[in-house]
Amino acid sequence: MTSAVAQADVPVPHQARGRRSSLTRSRLRSAWLFIAPSLIILAFIAGWPLARTIWFSFTDADLNNLNDYEFIGFENYLANYDGEWLGLLTDPDWWHSVWNTVWFTAVSVSIETVLGIVVALILNAAFPGRGIMRAIILIPWAIPTVVSAKMWNWMLHDQFGVINDMLLRLGLIAAPITWTANPDTALWTVVMVDVWKTTPFMALLILAALQMLPGDIYEAAKVDGIHPVRVFFRVTLPLIRPALIVAIVFRALDALRVFDLIYVLTANSRDTMSMSVYARQQLVDFQEVGVGSAASTLIFLIIALLIVVTLAAGRVRLGEDPR
Amino acid sequence: MKVLTRIGFWLLVAAVGLFALFPFYYAVVSSFRSGAELFSVAYLPERLDLSNYVAVFDRQPFGQNILNSVIVAATVVALSLALGITAAYAFGRIAFRGRALLLMTILAVSMFPQVAVLSGMFELIRSFGLYNTLPGLILANLMLTLPFTIWVLTTFMRELPKEIEEAAFVDGATPWIVVRRVFLPLMAPAAVTTGLLAFIVSWNEFLFALTFTLTNERRTVPPAIALMTGSSAYELPWGTIMAASVIVTLPIIALVLVFQRKIVAGLTAGAVKG
Repeated sequence: MTSAVAQADVPVPHQARGRRSSLTRSRLRSAWLFIAPSLIILAFIAGWPLARTIWFSFTDADLNNLNDYEFIGFENYLANYDGEWLGLLTDPDWWHSVWNTVWFTAVSVSIETVLGIVVALILNAAFPGRGIMRAIILIPWAIPTVVSAKMWNWMLHDQFGVINDMLLRLGLIAAPITWTANPDTALWTVVMVDVWKTTPFMALLILAALQMLPGDIYEAAKVDGIHPVRVFFRVTLPLIRPALIVAIVFRALDALRVFDLIYVLTANSRDTMSMSVYARQQLVDFQEVGVGSAASTLIFLIIALLIVVTLAAGRVRLGEDPR
Repeated sequence: MKVLTRIGFWLLVAAVGLFALFPFYYAVVSSFRSGAELFSVAYLPERLDLSNYVAVFDRQPFGQNILNSVIVAATVVALSLALGITAAYAFGRIAFRGRALLLMTILAVSMFPQVAVLSGMFELIRSFGLYNTLPGLILANLMLTLPFTIWVLTTFMRELPKEIEEAAFVDGATPWIVVRRVFLPLMAPAAVTTGLLAFIVSWNEFLFALTFTLTNERRTVPPAIALMTGSSAYELPWGTIMAASVIVTLPIIALVLVFQRKIVAGLTAGAVKG
């Protein structure tokens, strides 16, 4: 992301400087013509729905009749009826879903980062069959999330699942575990499936960074007889850090809006419900467009805040360290 | 020591490969088993029983679901590429005022949580009478694919040498001709990459497809699989679900294996650079 930010700030070098020729003017005019269709469509299918969602969060709209609603201010978020506080911000289920989402994001992204580095280092080594290996690890990423959730659902089946069977055979557990239904294991199960599915993405991004590193540093380190582990922590890790941070931010933003995996794996279970699952449940299952939109708006605000911070951090870093 | 390191390395490679492949392998094995066979665990395929594959198409409109997914994904890819290439030309080759800000906005839209537009999109789709129709899903999915299509194509567009278009402009070509005659052929590889990513995103999309369709005939593959049930409450539907999963995953795996390099190039252009 950082290098693109840098490029966006620098004027295109072939742009004629000084007096504007008719060619430049016609190019500038055409620029707006070329982006207009995309901008209009994006405003129509992203900007407008977002604005309407935020508006709905201040109304008592119902899914069955979206034309008949009243403005009720912040009551979906927080309201006081006869000294009793109501609204989204007082709903323990909402806060539980926030906690689930944050916990899921932190744990799964951490594990994926570590495993992603390991897999990337493997793929960066020259060995016969490297190309095949790279194709193999892309498969979990390409399988539709719903399908992978169903596959794991079956593998984790409490009575007939292969995971319980394996663990029983190996003597690691004494009785079958109800992976997705047990509150103690449910969220870990979601994390495990997510790790399986998205570690390849992390690994490929890190691998791309690894492959851009100059080889002579490693030659030098080898000549000096420095231990590979030390080389990794002292040389490799600092050098790939910018790419690593970008990959982590992307993954974290993705994990914060998790829906498919949790919805299919554990349905609307309170133990694993993410913010997105909560919002959709209010909106569709309970038909409460107002409350659902309020939850959606909060999710949007949380993620928007993170995006702004990230982009700002990217700019600041560029100012200090022009690459 | 050296031998030990090599053995350790290969064990690690084998472990990663096994972990990546086993769920799909097990889905294939399970898809060949039906009825009471599913009450026991089998690690190896016993026989080639295709009854689940027949049942998937027999008991529900799964063929229709696949067709719906193909129509939606193909249309979304075509629209995203057509809009994306023209926009990317402007973003990548012309220094106009406000470009950086607009690009940032588009990048931000691609990071949007889908659920943030859910109720607004629901209203939009319903007011156009597109609820439970494929055009409604196409419209919704465009929100997911268009921003990153523009973004990735812009990064590709920037890397082309400037002499290419200068020569054309000197010869008196208009910007539109330059895009069509000069950049379109040059962007073909990038368009394949981006198109593939957009196809995969649309093919896998679940939240919109689940919320904006009602009847089984209009569903795309992901909600169809998610909502699949057995023929009776006492039957385990897992054989058929696994068969359906294998059917829709095979084309994606084929795409990934064939276009492996291109997909990786697109992902890294979209994320590391983007």
